[in-house]
Amino acid sequence: MTSLWFLAYLAVDFDGQVKPLLAKHCNECHDRAFYLRHKDSLLKSMQYPAGDERAMPPEGPRVPKSEQDLIAAWIAEGMKWPVEAKAMNDDLELTKAIRAQIVKQGDTPLRPYVEKVPGSNVSFEMLPVRGGKFKMGSMEKPDEAPIHERSVEAFFMSKTEVTWDLYRLFMFAMLSGEKPGEDLVVDAVSRPTKPYTEMSFGMGIDGFPAISMTHHAANKFAQWLSAKTGHFYRLPTEVEWEYACVLGQTKPEDAVFSAQKYAKVASKKPNALGLHDMLGNVMEWTADQYQAEAYTRQEPWVKSKRPYPHTARGGSWQDDARKMRCPARTPSDPSWKQQDPNLPKSIWYHTDALGLGIRLVRPAKLPTAEEMHAFWNNGVAEDN
Amino acid sequence: MENTPRRHFLKTASVVAAPAIISAQTVTNAIKVGLVGAGGRGSGAAYQALKADDYAQLVSVADVSLDQINSSLPRIARQAGEKKVIVADTNKYLGYDAYQKVIDSDIDVVILATPPGFRPNHLRYAVQQKRHIFCEKPMAVDPAGVRHVLETVKMSKENGKSLVAGFNWRYSNYITQLFEQIHGGIIGDIVAYYATYYSSPVKPIPMGTKKPADMSDVEWQTRWWYNFVWTCGGGYVEQCVHSVDKVAWAFKEQAPLSCVANAGRAYPAEGGTNIHDHIEVNYLYPGGARAFIAHRHFVGTHNENADYILGTKGKITIGRSPLPKVEDHQGKILWQFEGTRNDPYQYEHDVLFQSIRKGQPVNNGDRMIHSTALAVMGRLAGDTGIELTWDQIMNSQESTFPNPFDPKGNLPEVPVAVPGLRKFA
Repeated sequence: MTSLWFLAYLAVDFDGQVKPLLAKHCNECHDRAFYLRHKDSLLKSMQYPAGDERAMPPEGPRVPKSEQDLIAAWIAEGMKWPVEAKAMNDDLELTKAIRAQIVKQGDTPLRPYVEKVPGSNVSFEMLPVRGGKFKMGSMEKPDEAPIHERSVEAFFMSKTEVTWDLYRLFMFAMLSGEKPGEDLVVDAVSRPTKPYTEMSFGMGIDGFPAISMTHHAANKFAQWLSAKTGHFYRLPTEVEWEYACVLGQTKPEDAVFSAQKYAKVASKKPNALGLHDMLGNVMEWTADQYQAEAYTRQEPWVKSKRPYPHTARGGSWQDDARKMRCPARTPSDPSWKQQDPNLPKSIWYHTDALGLGIRLVRPAKLPTAEEMHAFWNNGVAEDN
Repeated sequence: MENTPRRHFLKTASVVAAPAIISAQTVTNAIKVGLVGAGGRGSGAAYQALKADDYAQLVSVADVSLDQINSSLPRIARQAGEKKVIVADTNKYLGYDAYQKVIDSDIDVVILATPPGFRPNHLRYAVQQKRHIFCEKPMAVDPAGVRHVLETVKMSKENGKSLVAGFNWRYSNYITQLFEQIHGGIIGDIVAYYATYYSSPVKPIPMGTKKPADMSDVEWQTRWWYNFVWTCGGGYVEQCVHSVDKVAWAFKEQAPLSCVANAGRAYPAEGGTNIHDHIEVNYLYPGGARAFIAHRHFVGTHNENADYILGTKGKITIGRSPLPKVEDHQGKILWQFEGTRNDPYQYEHDVLFQSIRKGQPVNNGDRMIHSTALAVMGRLAGDTGIELTWDQIMNSQESTFPNPFDPKGNLPEVPVAVPGLRKFA
């Protein structure tokens, strides 16, 4: 038995240190059950000289002393195997775990970047939006008044609406190579039930915007994406959304609206910030509960208290020019689930919102775990 | 189909039913509703029934699970109003014979919304006891069930009560108008009909889930009813029957001569699951027209729920855009739906309650059992791999329902059907 004096200085990192060693020397013939059964003799077999018929591995170079020590320490610590860790619940502890991963990744400079979703070929672009002040609202409709000044902190915004290519990774775990038990944090995020029907309603998948998800589904999607990528994604607040629309001098003539169906994302020219389809194509969920008189109070973010209404922005292919304006607001409505014949109705799908999608933001400054948690859990997922 | 807006109907209905000024508190002619099967769909249907008439009341409920009843009722009450849900504890019936107690209770309308394997018996009893009926699809899952329901449908036409079926496309305004156009010859004679129902698994048994020791086979298979042939008929009969129904409608309920099908199971059969997860059926109609219907329950693959109808003078596509496309062979649009799509799940109840108020029974019996039989025929052609004629199906002795039926009983293991090995009876 190797002396264990070093144990006090060595906290064994199974994933980073021990697992690769087992993979290199042992896994070709043995499995975890074998290691647990043989414990100390595992180490002994590595210490026999080359040529001894008991020596392991039977071929190739001997296992270096430094690696034997790691194995010894691992055995001494009880052969911990993190896969055994208890499944996590979708609660504040989960948000804290995701936040810890995000902190480890560090900040990103306020420049455009491409995010590739691990385990898949899907990527999307995030563009910087610098902080500043702007005039929010209009005098055209009562719920857009009064015009008032708001200040906004810097954030990234997705260049396009979220596509089915990306959203389907969230709907169907195996599309991004996820296997249960492999990543307990990702596993713990609530995922949509499998839809009974085809949720693009025949309008197309590849490169087209994902549609007809509930506010709850959109929030959980953002949380799942954060757990996958190590960057904090969420829905934009109404203030952030309108700011990006106004600052980008978004033009109504670059909006998709048609009598037939939606278009692929980025089929029209981007606005001055590089953002496509801010107006038209699909309207986009914001984080806010809709209040007609919200601007008289000017909260940075109106948190959810009821299942309806939440605010969508930007108008959709089904709308007309009246919605193709940055200040226009659309409240969600229970009729968006009209074709769902069940009770309770699904918390994941708006069967009748064929013009409703998602655009992501990532604030430049990482908020507290509690605030992240509030963004990802509106608390009013159920209709009744 | 009459397309009366609901508000208009309610006004008319209350004029017929009672003086217009009468208030809900003093009205005495409530329409009393009983619910058999308080799952998600049954609860939804009960809510739609209560919404269809100002004086409808839910008064009795049956299910095999008290938990299901107790979670369903408050949900219905929250949506439809507390005053419309008046189910005393003594009117909550539990077990496999509870349907009889609900149908026997003081009700006018019964909603049949259990897994469909049980439906033939429920439907027969409801007709015998002269109740108005809302009957979910499908109406049977095997040839014995189909014949039983055919007999029941005959009886239903003589008892003066309404029988409305949950084939919701028949109550959708834009689809109804489209099929009127088809029958009016807008694309000429139909040459071929191709329908897809590619979706995801419905209520699959999660990997590694085993039947607990204190549960009988019947209880277990009822709990996971979507995964067993005798309880659900397979995805083709349970769900794709909506596409089958549109084919039946397009061909005016004419019987096909025969059909051939390919079916199988691609995903592991967990917990005793014995339904196929994919099937494609090819029906041959007199005159040589064909109908192809493809169904699957896969995960993360191409999903599609569409209809492609080819006629001598044009073609129709349903389900590749929000509204159907009707065009001639040069691509010229021949017809477009104008207006707002209705809620078919609500409208089917509006029609039912309107028929009760007017005393003019509606009976969907013939077409509902035709569509069901057409689906059962396709499923069995897939199971066996043989070419099946309509006459063979109508004369088949096949029955999947446990006999004798014992809720605590064990059932012989039924493997996933292997075409060629699985014989047709």
